[in-house]
Amino acid sequence: MSGRRYARAALLPLLLGACSYQHYQSDFGAAATEDRQFLTLFWIFMAVCGVMYALVIAFLIAGLAHRRTEAEANVVETGRHHRSHPLMRTTLIGWTALIGVGLAALAIASFFADRSMAEAATNEKLSITLTGNQWWWDIVYNSNDASKTMRTANELHLPVGVPTRILLNSADVIHSLWIPSLGGKQDLIPGRQNDITFVPQKIGIFRGQCAEFCGTQHAHMALVVVVQSYPDFIKWWDHQLQPAVAPRTPLQLAGYQYVTNGPCSACHNIGGTPASGTVAPDLTHLASRKSLAASTMPMSEGNLYGWVEDPQSLKPGVKMPTIGLEPDKLHAVVAYLETLK
Amino acid sequence: MTDVRADTFDAMPTRESERERVEAENRRLAEERKRIARDGPKLKGAKLAARLDAAWNRPPGIIGWLATVDHKEIGRRYILTALGFLVLGGIMALIMRLQLAKPDNGMIGAERYNQLFSMHGSTMMFLFAVPVMEGVAVYMIPLMLGTRSTAFPRLNAFSYFMYLFGGLMLWIAFVLNMAPDVGWFEYTPLSGPQYSPGKHTDIWAQMVTYTEVAALAAAVVLVCTILKARAPGMTLARMPLFAWAMLVVGIMIIFAMPAVALVTTVLLIPDRLVGTQFFNAAEGGDALLFQHMFWFFGHPEVYIIFLPATGFVSVIVETFCRRPVFAHPVVVLALISTGILSFGLWVHHMFATGLPRVGYSFFTAASMSVSIPTGLQIFCWLATMWDGKPRFQVPMLYVVGFIVTFVIGGLTGVILASVPLDLQLHDTYFVVAHFHYVLIGGAVFPLLGIFTYWYPKITGRMMSETLGKIGFWLVFLGFHTTFLPMHWSGMLGMPRRVYTYPAGLGLELPNLISTIGSFVLAFGVVLFVVNGVLSLYRGVIAGPNPWGAASLEWATSSPPPVYNFEHIPIVESSTPLWDLDGELPVATGLRVDQKEMLLTTVVAAAPDLREPVPQASLWPFIAACAVGLVFAASIFSAWAVPFGLIPCGIALIAWFWPKDMQRKPEPEIS
Repeated sequence: MSGRRYARAALLPLLLGACSYQHYQSDFGAAATEDRQFLTLFWIFMAVCGVMYALVIAFLIAGLAHRRTEAEANVVETGRHHRSHPLMRTTLIGWTALIGVGLAALAIASFFADRSMAEAATNEKLSITLTGNQWWWDIVYNSNDASKTMRTANELHLPVGVPTRILLNSADVIHSLWIPSLGGKQDLIPGRQNDITFVPQKIGIFRGQCAEFCGTQHAHMALVVVVQSYPDFIKWWDHQLQPAVAPRTPLQLAGYQYVTNGPCSACHNIGGTPASGTVAPDLTHLASRKSLAASTMPMSEGNLYGWVEDPQSLKPGVKMPTIGLEPDKLHAVVAYLETLK
Repeated sequence: MTDVRADTFDAMPTRESERERVEAENRRLAEERKRIARDGPKLKGAKLAARLDAAWNRPPGIIGWLATVDHKEIGRRYILTALGFLVLGGIMALIMRLQLAKPDNGMIGAERYNQLFSMHGSTMMFLFAVPVMEGVAVYMIPLMLGTRSTAFPRLNAFSYFMYLFGGLMLWIAFVLNMAPDVGWFEYTPLSGPQYSPGKHTDIWAQMVTYTEVAALAAAVVLVCTILKARAPGMTLARMPLFAWAMLVVGIMIIFAMPAVALVTTVLLIPDRLVGTQFFNAAEGGDALLFQHMFWFFGHPEVYIIFLPATGFVSVIVETFCRRPVFAHPVVVLALISTGILSFGLWVHHMFATGLPRVGYSFFTAASMSVSIPTGLQIFCWLATMWDGKPRFQVPMLYVVGFIVTFVIGGLTGVILASVPLDLQLHDTYFVVAHFHYVLIGGAVFPLLGIFTYWYPKITGRMMSETLGKIGFWLVFLGFHTTFLPMHWSGMLGMPRRVYTYPAGLGLELPNLISTIGSFVLAFGVVLFVVNGVLSLYRGVIAGPNPWGAASLEWATSSPPPVYNFEHIPIVESSTPLWDLDGELPVATGLRVDQKEMLLTTVVAAAPDLREPVPQASLWPFIAACAVGLVFAASIFSAWAVPFGLIPCGIALIAWFWPKDMQRKPEPEIS
């Protein structure tokens, strides 16, 4: 346990990379047009609500603190308890009007923000299909050219400045995609297709997380989001299209044989090998990703060992079974997986 | 059971001969009335009390305890049981806060944590918040209205037992490790047969059914009591605001609760038990159907909890500012419009589900507009404080705490009503903060205030003012320390319902502060309970009206006798005890040898009928056992329904078996 925690703590600064501490997974990230619009609208709302709150508190304090003699108050002791201050009626009407105006202003601001977000969503340049699974993300980069269509998992790469539409599906229960630094969330619902659009504006590494309770390991259903320059993005895409590299050392070869013929291949796909399962994350370029098990832990040799050996203790309830590999097989499998850059 | 027309309210005669006949008949009846023993000038004081006691007391012993139909006994049980569940739900919350005190904490695992938050939510919503409001109302409403009993007292007893059984089932399941583990909302398909094996979800769904049946029964009882049992002269315009709040809430329950009972019992359980596919998209069902039906109940539910609390606030503000609440009709209209609007907001829980955007705009506008009636109510209370002379005793402190806290919750609610904002904040700790501000600040603070306020009426003794004030400050400061940082953690990216969170997101500090605050809050609640227990023995004897309040519950002794009032009071203003010209005027002429209450007309509260009140009976308890058995057994087999209907039928037939059609002759004064 403590080793895992240590490993995670050690990698985080690395993961944070260029982006600052708080903006990694935060509404204040302002890393895409959508989140910037959110922040503008949010501060407008905060200002109006702040004024209203100040008014209420001022009236409360005034009402409680204002000094009046027994004879002045409209209370039962003076027998005037059914009367009230002559201006109170007018004030009530004024207060109602103020609430009405405030709400109308906020509703209109909200409506226009919503419209402008919807407009931004219409000129998509890139289409990605994201499918939620208990508890990982299946990601397909769509292309008109079938040979360019690419599948990966748990790590989303987005080109900066390019409007990207993400189509949202679910393979099992309801999930919700939430990348706070980029913008709002959208549910992934079985039997329906939703979509969400981002125009990333800041290069960096961010983190998204499932926001709709989806079962035991809901807390560990996260994804790494890499916003990069367009050339870097294209380079990454091209690299991801490559099949897995062939094993070179005897140890890697032993691992390759176990992984592609053994139990792993029933669920996982590794491009260019006989392993072609579809119910678990694609492993073709596993070692090129920054995290393991839907961002449960950072990618490292130690964590790979731990994960392959006993996923159930690292992410209890996860669908990947603990097989109980003998040490030599474990060495071989990890050695092979590490080649999947 | 025959209803006896009040003698004075015979139909107007149309012909001369008819009138003569009626007058002769009236004279004869008046002669007869002079001799028979009813409460009145000839029968009052100790002699009357002894007779009423004999007529109203339930049989002693355990049988009598189970058979009672006294609304005060039932209300007390409701309140105590709900407080027990509050403590249990609170303990769940503390364990969760401990787990979240630091990142990557291994104190409790995912499965246990998921059970904890499911139990916390289900307990607080279904077993604490709604029942405690109903319990207070069941106890207090007849006293405030100046009547002897609720309408349908046996239904009232049945309601309590159903509620108790539902709560027990849930918590016994928790002890047996069969507790629900997919939240208090149980969205399909996660709660469907494929993803929730075992009986966890079924237990939850049936617990909901129990409590909904109980809530519906209590709502019917309250609505009928409020509409028909008010003291003569208490027109709708003079009715206390708490009664108005409960009238609106009762009607809301009647419209909202069937939706959740339907979606859990009629749709979800068959999906799980007999293979229907209502929510299975693969077979042509729809997962979102569940959310629509759940929130059609779920959003009014929030106001079902909040509106009684506004009633409490009105009661406290009136008494402690020494004047009626400013603009009584405005407050009433605000209550009614909140009740109506609350049925048009449910989709704001579903902004992220991808429904059409035009529809969203409508729900944004509707959600925001709720703040108009609520803002009006706040204004009316503040205006009352301005015009009156506030006394800062514990109940009033809770009202001030309520305003400071609840308004924040209301304003974050306006923020969440906006679609672009909600899409970021939905299902994060920001929302957790928001609804705890609304539910604890908006409902629990007034509840603690009203407990302190009505404690002397229920027990006959005052709660300690010093302990009460310390308790208030602990609760108030603990609350804000716990929940204010949650706005922050939500915006820093913390989703709800996660059993742990990674280090490095900036979530460490706000979570640690929240955990510390939660223990301060819990300590304040413990102090409140200790105060309540100690004051039972040490409290100052209260007398009938310790706060100098205006409404009718203070016109009888503390605690009230089993028949509530020796004579039925007559009401001539909205603050009857403040507008007295000498003695409280009373209506007389109810039977003393049998339980009887006065029914009045719905709007004008003119005397209408003398209504016999049922005796204590075991059948509501037996019926609740039978119905409870069917619900529990149907978790395991669909056959429980047809076979279980047999004992249910027997119990109900016995319960409703016609009584003697001939009323016993009334005794004469001896």
